[in-house]
Amino acid sequence: MIQARDLFKSFGPRVALAGVNISVETGEFVTLVGPNGAGKTTLLRILATLTRPTSGAVQIAGLDPARAGSEARRRIGFLSHQTLLYDDLSAEQNLRFYARMYDLDAAAARVDDLLERVGLAARREDLVRTLSRGMHQRLALARSVLHRPQVLLLDEPYTGLDPQAAQALTDLLVELVGEGGTILLTTHNLERGLALGRRVVMLARGRVVCDKPRDSIDPATFGEAYQALATK
Amino acid sequence: MGNENVERVRRPWQDASGIALAALSGVAMCGALGMVFLYAPREVTMGDVQRIFYFHVASAWVGFFAFFVTFLAGVGYLVRGERSWDILALSSVEIGLTFITMTVVTGSLWARPVWGSYWTWEPRLTISAVQLLIYVAYRMLRAAIDSPERRARFAAVYGSVAFVTVPLSWFAIRWWRTIHPDVLTGGEGMTITPRMSHTLLVSLAAFTLLYATLLWQRVRLERAADALAHLRARLEVNRLSS
Amino acid sequence: MRFFLKVWAILVKDMAAELHTREMISAMLVFSILALLIFSFALDLRGATARAAAPGVLWATVAFAGTLGLSRSLAREQQAGCMDGLLLAPVDRSAIFFGKALGNAILMGLVEVVLLPLFSALFGVPLLRPGVLLVTALGTLGYAAVGTLLAAIAVNTRAREVMLPIMLLPLAIPALIASVRATGVLVEGGALGYAMGWVRLLVVYDLVIVAVALLTFGYVLEE
Repeated sequence: MIQARDLFKSFGPRVALAGVNISVETGEFVTLVGPNGAGKTTLLRILATLTRPTSGAVQIAGLDPARAGSEARRRIGFLSHQTLLYDDLSAEQNLRFYARMYDLDAAAARVDDLLERVGLAARREDLVRTLSRGMHQRLALARSVLHRPQVLLLDEPYTGLDPQAAQALTDLLVELVGEGGTILLTTHNLERGLALGRRVVMLARGRVVCDKPRDSIDPATFGEAYQALATK
Repeated sequence: MGNENVERVRRPWQDASGIALAALSGVAMCGALGMVFLYAPREVTMGDVQRIFYFHVASAWVGFFAFFVTFLAGVGYLVRGERSWDILALSSVEIGLTFITMTVVTGSLWARPVWGSYWTWEPRLTISAVQLLIYVAYRMLRAAIDSPERRARFAAVYGSVAFVTVPLSWFAIRWWRTIHPDVLTGGEGMTITPRMSHTLLVSLAAFTLLYATLLWQRVRLERAADALAHLRARLEVNRLSS
Repeated sequence: MRFFLKVWAILVKDMAAELHTREMISAMLVFSILALLIFSFALDLRGATARAAAPGVLWATVAFAGTLGLSRSLAREQQAGCMDGLLLAPVDRSAIFFGKALGNAILMGLVEVVLLPLFSALFGVPLLRPGVLLVTALGTLGYAAVGTLLAAIAVNTRAREVMLPIMLLPLAIPALIASVRATGVLVEGGALGYAMGWVRLLVVYDLVIVAVALLTFGYVLEE
């Protein structure tokens, strides 16, 4: 479902990704961990078609984003610590707008359903500006799954969430995996990374340094290795 | 990768070409100067001050040509994405800015004795002033962007849009001036003889050669700066991983 | 068809957001009235002087007020990474351009709806004629088009509010001259025929700008 081969990305003289190979099967939940500056966000943005790699090949849902950009985008959902929501529009207006951008049929019904599922039906007409951070993230999640994407990419989605909102997010993700979605989530919080994904990939300084099923990882040694990389 | 950059900067045939160009434009400039002051006749209406015309028109031509080069280089960058196109664009802007400033200054100096005022809204002078402002805006844009790749891309887009509006500005200004002719400008008032045409052509050629010489050197300078930056970056990487 | 629906949706979104806050339109209106006052004092606009200067003062005001709206319109997409939201969706980059440019043109138009009668009354010039309205529309569309493209660039630079007017005004000269001249001819009682040359220039300018914007907008948006 997601395939990246020999991905390089440099911003001028700075190299963000130095040959990343990663592949995620349909229905897998993979967490990507790594210290700040490891290249997690860059990798996710390339997979989300927001940036083009300097070199390397990417395949999402069987499509090459460089060639079939529009089609690929229909199948990808993206959630980051930025909400991608318009402050001056209501929750409902935001979702209706994105529904139009994704050419959704029966948009109104879908929007209503999602507002229910994320528990924002009561606040649907309130401007996003007036919602709390936790509600922002819930609405952003609704936005990212509005078009029923086959792949969900999440970049540090737990940033700034209180425990209650974090639990709500986790519940929603579990539900999505249950429905057959593929999820790639990044975090710099090691415990969460080990708890969530069935497979864990560690990225450091633009390279994949570890890629194993969660069950075969010993948390202690993993934690030490992570610390070593983070402080280097 | 780094080694090639260093060697490219030191290639002897590049040095030789640079010297040859400089020599050629030196000769052409001397020729032009000679013709302007000795060969071209004294103009009937304006007198000797008219001789500034040869430098004024020549630098106006170079100013516009440099803009055209920047436009092409920008399009080249957008299509190919290679740094060499961007280097050409930024070098041409720097040199073009110098020449267009000369155009405006010489135009102003010429206007004073002939028309009694340091500025006239004469179309060519006005369009040169507009180009000057665009050049300056282009430079300011480049200075206001940190990422090198974005800088090149945005500058290329701005250069393209800007260049495309220049002919339209030219027409607009010309029609504006013909419908409302100024008592001050009232046309050029200059009679052109064959000897003056010859002088003008030589002057144009000399200025174009000078532009080419300066462009060549500026491009080489930027390439050397790039090579230096790469070497520095590699040094930094080596230092960090040891 | 879906293309136009998306352009429309982007346009509606911008109008809805503006309706909720009204911050851009009020800023543009207040600025315009202040500019009008300053011009009146600075140039001592009365009687015949006022009538002759009216088209110029109008367009100078519109141009400067326009930059306020243009900056803000693109800055709104930068908040909370909204531009990413648009780029993530299967939306043609040109649809984004048209949606935003039309939105900006409409906002400028709303300001002009207030300014034109105001100028007519204050300066004693008949600005509410079909010819003048046509010229105003053409000039506004061209200005909004080039302004949207440049604002998309400016919003990504360090000194964004300052960069936009510096980049925009030299490029808007053909539209400004043509609009002012055509309006001038029309208010002096000339028929539309006399102003046709200027109108033609405006149309060419608009078409050229839109063509260049369509070709280059994608390059501005990409990361």
